[in-house]
Order: sequence, then C-alpha cells, then structure tokens
Amino acid sequence: MKRPKDFFASGVGVIVVGLIIGCLAALLQKYGNPANMGVCVACFTRDIVGAFGFHRAGIVQYMRPEIPAFCLGAFVAALSFGEFRPRTGSSPIVRFILGMFAMIGALVFLGCPWRAMLRLAGGDWNAVLGIVGLIAGIGVGVLFLKGGFNLGRSYSARLLPGLAMPFIMIVLLVLAITYPAFGDEGKTALFKSVKGPGAAAAPWVVSMLVGLAIGFLAQRTRFCTVGGFRDAVLMGDFHLLSGVIAFLVAAFALNLVFKQFNPGFEGQPAAHTNHWLNLGGMALAGLSFTLAGGCPGRQVFLSGEGDGDAAVFVIGMMFGAAVSHNFMMVATQPTAPYIVVIGLVIVCIIGFMGRQMPARAR
Amino acid sequence: MAEQIDARGLSCPQPVLLTRQAIKQANADEISVLVDTMTQVYNCTRAAEKLGWKAQYDEKDGTYELKLSK
Repeated sequence: MKRPKDFFASGVGVIVVGLIIGCLAALLQKYGNPANMGVCVACFTRDIVGAFGFHRAGIVQYMRPEIPAFCLGAFVAALSFGEFRPRTGSSPIVRFILGMFAMIGALVFLGCPWRAMLRLAGGDWNAVLGIVGLIAGIGVGVLFLKGGFNLGRSYSARLLPGLAMPFIMIVLLVLAITYPAFGDEGKTALFKSVKGPGAAAAPWVVSMLVGLAIGFLAQRTRFCTVGGFRDAVLMGDFHLLSGVIAFLVAAFALNLVFKQFNPGFEGQPAAHTNHWLNLGGMALAGLSFTLAGGCPGRQVFLSGEGDGDAAVFVIGMMFGAAVSHNFMMVATQPTAPYIVVIGLVIVCIIGFMGRQMPARAR
Repeated sequence: MAEQIDARGLSCPQPVLLTRQAIKQANADEISVLVDTMTQVYNCTRAAEKLGWKAQYDEKDGTYELKLSK
C-alpha cells in the first residue's frame, strides 16, 4: 500500500504550474502570437482547421505548432510516469457532438476558457461577460452531474486507439514545421493567413517548445480551467481553480511588464462587444465542456495519455470550427444567436438523456 | 466490513462524486474505490482527505485500488 504523494498533484504544484503557463502565454504574445491569445486551444485548433482549408476564413488559417505540442508534451509525460493508458468506449459520438458545440460556443465568444482568462488578463472587459457565461454553463452542467449525468464507462483498449491521436499530432507538427508547398505559382498544400490573427505567430520553435512544456506540466497537474470552476461550484474544492487563478494572475503581471495591458470594452483584439453573445456563447461552451469532463486543453492532454474518447472530442472541436466559419456562426455573424440557442437546447437534451443512466457494472 | 465502489472508466468528476457519496453514507470504517488512472487516485484522495479520511492505494493489472479509512 502506497500513500498517494506527488508534488504536481499538490496544491502548491498546481499553483506553480498555473503561474508558469500564464507566464508562457504572455511570453508567446510578446514573441508574436495574437494579442490576448498567447495560448487559446479553441482559436488555435480553428487556425489548424483553416490551414487545411476546411474553413475559408482567410484571416485565421495557420498550422499552429502549440496544439500538437500540447498533446505530445502530455504524451511524453504520460509515458515517462507510467500513465499512458489506451482507453475508449465512453459514448464517443456524443463526445464528438459536445466537442462540436463547445467549439461553436467558444467561437461565438471568440475564445476558449483559456483565452477568456488571457483576455481578462489583457484588460478586455468583454471577457467578464464570457466568464460569467462560462460559470453559468458550468453551473447547469453541475446540475446535470448532480442528477446522475454520465457518458458511461471507458474501457482499456489496445495500443492503437491510444496511439492514434499522438500520431496524428506528430503529423500536424511536421506539417507546421515544414509547411510543405506543392504545385506551381507558390500554391501550398496548407493555407497561411497573410493578415489578421492567423498571420500573427511566434517563431515555430518557440511555439513548439512552449507547447511541449505546457503539455508536460499540464498532464502532471491535470490543469483544467473548466474543472476548476466545476469543482468549486460542485463541492467547494478550490484545488484546480487555484491553478486557473494563478494562470490569470501571472498573465496579468507579465502583460503589465510587457505593456500588453489595455483596459476597456471597445477596440479589443479579436473580440466583440455584444454582451448577450459573449455570455451565451460561453454558456454553451461551459456546459458542453462540463458534460464532457474537462476544458479543451484538458481534452487535448487526455488524448495524449491514450484517452481515445477525448481524442474524438478534439476531432469534434475541429469539425465545429469548420462549420462555425462556413455557416457564419462566429462572433456577431448573422447565424450566431440562432446556433447558440439551438446548441443549448441540444446539449441540454444530451444532459437530460444522460441523467440517471446507471453506470453499468462490469 | 469494507464497502467497494467501482469507478473505473468514469470521467471527471464521477469518481469523486461516488467517493464523496460513499463516505457521507458510510456504514463501514473502510471504503475501497477502484479507478484506472492516477488522476482519479489523486482526485479521490483529495476528496476523502477533505472529509477527514485517509487514503492509500495499490496497483494490480492496470487497476488502482484506493483504500479509504476513517
């Protein structure tokens, strides 16, 4: 019998790692990543989807090294500490749909929970509405969880389902580094924004190294932005939330140092001032993430430790990014209000249908 | 007599919720929780310690058995 003891699992560990991630996020902005978007799991996943041409929003197409590096950093951490466990089978298709709506909601707000914190740390007060919406969505999710919601068990799987996502991420990282060009007239296999947020990027080496470090540390501490608020609301446990607050504080402090702090509602980078959409979009995202068991970053890290269901969630997010832009559902575009309402209804139906579903014995 | 909870394969926060529920309704001085990731070992340990219980664990064939005691 062993006593569970690990620095990274401790209260101090999660705060230290939150501070490190916050500093790295602000540094990435200084090195060229878009303003208030040092690391945004939703935005960067969307940029990757755009790089493939799966959506045609020309200003947000770039093969970001951070996302594959997140997954691979977590993969290395999981392997080194004997925590790589191929597993799958917990309602993958439902997780796909939740990933899709989580992304759709996040793109209405223009950022995942990570970016909501970074926007706040940069003085974008619209983020307050987003965070209020996020907490509201998580609160509704907690009600479903209290009512017995679950997506069923996953089961240990063979190596292949666990290795699939790390392998896909290696391919993405190679593409990000090489940016292969085919054909004549400089046409490339991958799209790359020439203006807008997609054109703002830190050098790939910096992005990759920071991504690997964050993936490694986050896997060890189970850093989770949605889990932070969920545990606080659900059972007054502030363990994960203290890491999220540390992340916010560190990013805020470095933003002050680098003069990246510009307070206000108007004219904020990659943001809009429609309060209802900021609130509603993040409520949809928060509810979807809560039902799926974690924030977008956490889903990427889990996919790196062999969780095939989290991998399906991430693919769902990619699909959501494509439909968001192709159907003009992003930010204040015409269909955004409708999809927020439709999304909330559908995700609530998922919540109701998953309640009282007894975890089957095995 | 020890009570046993099988939380293997469940997503966050189910294992913790089941652990808390078992502790609050405990008739026994000892509860055993089965989980299959170290994440859940730590999560359930934190939940148990917060309610004043102690935790120890063992691993066998990819399953962690967490022994909680008063």
